[in-house]
Amino acid sequence: MTLLVQAFAVARKDLAIELRTRESLTAAGSFAIVILLLFSFTFDPFSDESNEFGGGLLWLSFAFAGALVFNRGFARELPNECLDTLLASPLSGAALVMGKAIANFAMLLVVELVSLIVFGIFYDVHWLSESAWLSVVFALATWGVAILGAVFGAFTVNLRLRELMLPVIIYPLMIPLLIAAIELTNAVLSRQPLSGQMQWIRVLIASDIGFTTLAWVLADTILVN
Amino acid sequence: MNIMREKLIIALAGAAAILLAYNLYNIFLVLPDEIAQGYMYRIIYFHVPAAWVGMIGFFAAMTLSVLYLAGGNFRYDSLAASIVEVSVVFSTVNLVTGSIWGRVQWGIWWTWDYRLTSQLVCVLTFAGYLMMRRAIDEPTQRARLSAALTIFGCFNVVIVWKSIEWFRNNHPGPVISFRTGGGKMDPAMEHMLFLNFLALTVVATALTLVRARQEATAREIDSLRRAAHV
Repeated sequence: MTLLVQAFAVARKDLAIELRTRESLTAAGSFAIVILLLFSFTFDPFSDESNEFGGGLLWLSFAFAGALVFNRGFARELPNECLDTLLASPLSGAALVMGKAIANFAMLLVVELVSLIVFGIFYDVHWLSESAWLSVVFALATWGVAILGAVFGAFTVNLRLRELMLPVIIYPLMIPLLIAAIELTNAVLSRQPLSGQMQWIRVLIASDIGFTTLAWVLADTILVN
Repeated sequence: MNIMREKLIIALAGAAAILLAYNLYNIFLVLPDEIAQGYMYRIIYFHVPAAWVGMIGFFAAMTLSVLYLAGGNFRYDSLAASIVEVSVVFSTVNLVTGSIWGRVQWGIWWTWDYRLTSQLVCVLTFAGYLMMRRAIDEPTQRARLSAALTIFGCFNVVIVWKSIEWFRNNHPGPVISFRTGGGKMDPAMEHMLFLNFLALTVVATALTLVRARQEATAREIDSLRRAAHV
């Protein structure tokens, strides 16, 4: 219980900073929209292909934009030795990583919502009627991506070439989550029943549970300075 | 201790040479062609054992990483890093031989089948591990983060291992008797598969020990350099 309270306190702090500065959200949101724009040149955006490839376009743009959010997560704490202060506080490492993950999750959901609206307009995809299933898929996949982002943001915060190392490490680990999210999003956008896609739901749930558990267990190891 | 290790490396290299010579003779000159694939099926003797050696290596590295995190002994970190390096090489051999086999059997060098994709993901994950080690100068931080990344990477390896059963794909299903109950592969061919797995395991062990010796020397030089600058 204490862990959750502490985690939400960290997330609230990060989201308050983000609301005041809007440094990650503006950059990540703009980047996601630019990627969606660039993809529109690869095929006819008003064809039926938009429904078939929509999941791929969306999740790749979220993954690329997410790296901007994750890079800022812990890097935000570097000026004025804030990270050292957080580590010296009674806050547990797990609470700090979970708090960052919750903040990543909230920020990514905002980026995803904005991108989805733009995607619907740019590619003439009507996703509103499927928003309930999309919400389930997005919530499950985004949590997995967010927890990985928090963990590896902590990993790379003190590394040389931080901005380069984070994508190199995080994208291969993210791939099972991305494949599952893309398949499910395509199925929802094409209005196929999700009963035939249960293996992908299982991949998302297994990845979420696995990555969250590992993050919780290894948080103190990763954060020791 | 060092002399013992040198002797062990030489003994393993010698054993690997003898085993490989015996296996190559049997694979290419004694065993008959496979009924459907003809001469080409022999690539299985390198493709499958290389995958096993890579997989086992990643899990051995994970075990050593847990041991490092539990006790802080740098030998475990050196050994884990050496094993990951060798395992990345063997997993790449698995991907390359699979690609050649796919070109002959399926007519394409690569297919985005989940098993192939997952193995590629594995190689990329641990290639990232090797890059990350180079980006960290401080030995304790390097060992700690490497150990944590190995554990995360191995979670991915589990998905790779299970993916052949979880998903529909082009890759053949299990053929080895301990997974199927038998009847999928000729016992003589399966016996040779295990023998070549043994040979490649001995090669991998010798390479790991050579690499671990280099890691230990690098750590010693690094600590001397640090002591000189204090």
